[in-house]
Amino acid sequence: MDPILVKILYALLTLFIVLNYGLLIQGIVPKIGARVGRRHGIPFYQAYLDIIKNYSKRTRVTHGIMFYIGPVFRLTGGIGLLMFMPVIFGSNMFQNFSFTGDLLLVLYFQFFGVLGMALGAAESGHPHSAIGVSRGLSQTTAFEFPLTLGVLSLAVQYQTLNISDIVAAQQGGFMHWSIMTNPLAAAAMLIAFLGAMGRAPFDVVLAPQEIPIGPPTEYQSGLLGVLQLNRAIFPIAKLILFMNLLFGGATSWPELFLKTFLIYMWSVFVGVVFPRFRVDHSVRWFLGVPLLIGILAIIVTKFF
Amino acid sequence: MGKEELEKRIVLSPDGEPIEIDPINDYFCQDLPEVEKKSSIAILEKFQNWARSRSLWVLGFGTGCGAIEMRPLMTPKFDAYRYGIQWRPTPRQSDVFVISGYLSVKTLKRVIRSYEQMQGPKYVIALGSCTINGGMYWDSYNTINRLDHYIPVDVYIAGCMPRPEALLAGFEQLKKIIREGRGEGANLYAENFEWYKANQKKIIKDWDMPDYNW
Repeated sequence: MDPILVKILYALLTLFIVLNYGLLIQGIVPKIGARVGRRHGIPFYQAYLDIIKNYSKRTRVTHGIMFYIGPVFRLTGGIGLLMFMPVIFGSNMFQNFSFTGDLLLVLYFQFFGVLGMALGAAESGHPHSAIGVSRGLSQTTAFEFPLTLGVLSLAVQYQTLNISDIVAAQQGGFMHWSIMTNPLAAAAMLIAFLGAMGRAPFDVVLAPQEIPIGPPTEYQSGLLGVLQLNRAIFPIAKLILFMNLLFGGATSWPELFLKTFLIYMWSVFVGVVFPRFRVDHSVRWFLGVPLLIGILAIIVTKFF
Repeated sequence: MGKEELEKRIVLSPDGEPIEIDPINDYFCQDLPEVEKKSSIAILEKFQNWARSRSLWVLGFGTGCGAIEMRPLMTPKFDAYRYGIQWRPTPRQSDVFVISGYLSVKTLKRVIRSYEQMQGPKYVIALGSCTINGGMYWDSYNTINRLDHYIPVDVYIAGCMPRPEALLAGFEQLKKIIREGRGEGANLYAENFEWYKANQKKIIKDWDMPDYNW
């Protein structure tokens, strides 16, 4: 078979595995929370049912072309992030479309979906969507600073913009992981990671009670289904990115599941302990100490 | 119409050209609802109904005193989440509308708007005696007596007020109805649209919205 065709098929397989893992995590994490609160909680397969339900709605309302394209942009952001990263280190099959400059492209894809959502939600004309989007964009812009500085610090450290090379440089035990060899960059990135996951301290974007669910307020039926698919894929893609950059990547799927789950728990634990930031607080917070750590990481890697 | 901001008017555009604005036609969709057919493949429809019954998203809109009975369902004691019942903040994404108690004339208008903004198939649970025959407010000057004259109701839960257990039993009944393919309230509404509208307009005097709020 044509090699590019094989590559595409394996990329689709990656997507399928990641989608199912994301959907299961969406059920399992609330389940753990419910068990801590002495409840039964939702079934672990609830996310599947919700998506099937939303796709089986018989009516849907549209507000224009951008309203349709918004969720597609969002999903493209999630899938694109996944497609340009090596997922399993050392495996030919799960390298996806990783290439020499993928680190920069991946940084761009972090922002891509939010912009698409901004266009789509704006066309719905709902004021709460506009508020949600402006909050989301300011918060994303704010946490991109420490994130980008951390990533650039890693690029300086390893002298490459290729994620595969960064993963390769971290092999040989946990003392070789970037989190041990470059703790400043890791700190900046892990703080930015909290913002990227949109969990509790930084979840004012979606604030269900205050601005009913924020950007997706007007989305329903299949369009909401597309957004839900993205909510399963995008976080896992981000987890894989952080695992590749800081925790030495994964050489097999079980290792990937374990590592990403533990990294995810970092944002969950912070989320249950700390109350919600308002967006002006979170922007100021990201531009304070995390930004300084990021700058320090660059200086330390460059000159010491 | 009666309301000044909804009346037709002529305004000057920035380059001095007069343009006519008719808010109710320009800003709202005037289409009426249509009967939405079931899927022609029986097994697919059955599967979809099963998924619909296992994922009930409730519109969190407390209309009367019964709203207080919905809150305990989220607590560890009753924990409705394990039955696939979740609360959504917007009518666009909800499937079930729980009318929790009496409906004043003012609330009825909001209920109709919210109900029409939900996407079909959609279901209504009427909680408490007030929704059946007016209950203790049966001779009030300001509340409606029988809810299913205004929107189609799938399940009634009698009592004043019913306990959260009764509400859970009502949800289970609704699931049974959906699985049997009888949860067709949205289609009933579309079929008898004129009758429902006439009833609604008899109660709501200052009707300042299109006939169907998409």
